[in-house]
Amino acid sequence: MSDYQSNPGADAPEVVIDARGVHYAIGNRPIFDGLDLTVKRGLITAVMGPSGTGKTTLLRLITGEIHAGSGRVAVFGQDIGALRTRELYATRRRMGVLFQNGALLTDLDVYENVAFPVREHTDLPESLIRKLVLTKLEAVGLRGAAELMPAELSGGMARRVALARAIVTDPEILIYDEPFVGLDPISLGVILRLVKQMNDALKITSVVVSHDVHEIATIADYTYLLSDGKVVASGTPAELARSDSATVQQFMTGGAEGPVRFHYPAPDYAEQLMEVSR
Amino acid sequence: MSNGARVGVLELVRKTGETSVFFLRLLAACIPALGRPRLIIAQIYNAGARSLIIIMLSGLFTGMVLGLQFYAVLNRFGATEALGTAVALALLKELGPVLTALLFAGRAGTALTSEIGLMRATDQLTAMEVMAVDPMRHVVAPRFLGGLIAVPLLTAIFTVVGLFGAQLIGVQFLGVDHGIFWSQAQSAVALKDVTEGVVKSVVFGAVISLIAVNEGYHSEPTAEGIGRATTRTVVASSVMTLLLDYVLTAIFL
Repeated sequence: MSDYQSNPGADAPEVVIDARGVHYAIGNRPIFDGLDLTVKRGLITAVMGPSGTGKTTLLRLITGEIHAGSGRVAVFGQDIGALRTRELYATRRRMGVLFQNGALLTDLDVYENVAFPVREHTDLPESLIRKLVLTKLEAVGLRGAAELMPAELSGGMARRVALARAIVTDPEILIYDEPFVGLDPISLGVILRLVKQMNDALKITSVVVSHDVHEIATIADYTYLLSDGKVVASGTPAELARSDSATVQQFMTGGAEGPVRFHYPAPDYAEQLMEVSR
Repeated sequence: MSNGARVGVLELVRKTGETSVFFLRLLAACIPALGRPRLIIAQIYNAGARSLIIIMLSGLFTGMVLGLQFYAVLNRFGATEALGTAVALALLKELGPVLTALLFAGRAGTALTSEIGLMRATDQLTAMEVMAVDPMRHVVAPRFLGGLIAVPLLTAIFTVVGLFGAQLIGVQFLGVDHGIFWSQAQSAVALKDVTEGVVKSVVFGAVISLIAVNEGYHSEPTAEGIGRATTRTVVASSVMTLLLDYVLTAIFL
């Protein structure tokens, strides 16, 4: 195991997100069964895992949208599930979230979407808001699209606008939900560099949920691999690449056969086909 | 009690409780929302101004039909000079508030439900919550207040246009004296009648807007779920309008 977890010395980065023994279920279906995970300040932490392992659910637990059945998710040292609405909103103002589908407000144009959190939380003069918004739009390459409505954007462009909106208030933590899905290679490269640059220059703590093993490996400081409601492996991308765990290797190489089930539980295939033919 | 009936009663109790809690949260959110008049004015425009054409056309035709029907009835008793009175009271106390409410539910109530439902389905409400912006305050309360303000205004317009329509038929085509029509209408209408119409329109506006935003906010985030919520808005709004109309009429009599 790397220094990330085992050596919390005096100069070790501060823990900003700490999930301990988290259990969460949707109906009778358990999603997390004793999840332990730590995110440290100033680092890019990747959360990977097969579809349906609860990666997005983990983000919703971190932002306090849903609460753990048991266990504790602490953000900035506070149990996010125990916060009152006012405290929860104060904590959320220190976070930025990039949603998988962008989640842009469809009645506002690109400029107003990015300006929205600034207008809601500050009394900055319009001239300063304009500079802030244009700076962030320039960073994602969409300054020229400021007057477009969300319906006029492609999926990738919408994600980039959502990223500009997520960073406009200079949050301490940025949470990305599948940021690379559906991006063309140029946009993907730009977004990857942007995530890295914001982390390097502004020391923003980043949590990136993604399937994209190779892209993540180029920027992540630390990676968690989730499966069956638990962390099955963790370490730097290089450590995971060297891992001899069958689960890690199956995920890294994209194999259909292995400990991680590809097929949803079903009756015997041959028997079912025979039933149909009967 | 059969199992089905028990489930039905439990569902009714659950739904009533959910709506009551939602209403209390909405009332709490309305106070800060009043400090953002721009959002409310935008919703008055969306729900009210955009319903103007349908309200004015319906008001005109309703008034014209009233003019014809009342003239035919009053003519049997040689009392066509009472046309202004009959039309004014019918429009002011009943048809204005009720028809405007039913039209508003179909035109603006459904739009409110589907808009909020789509915002839920596309994570816009979640995005606001995560940005520490309360959607109740930013999205739901302005739409509720917009509807609450728009319905009485639309009712007033419906009633005025309806009176004009009745006058058009009664005076211009059927020959009732112009002066008698208006003086009868004016002398027969008391402040109590105007109050009845205003109270009804405010209550209908509040109930329809509450049903519309509640259904949208709690709709299942799927195309089918939003469709069902929109239908529930029209059905519940229409039934509640007619039910409350009876209750309010009984109170005012």
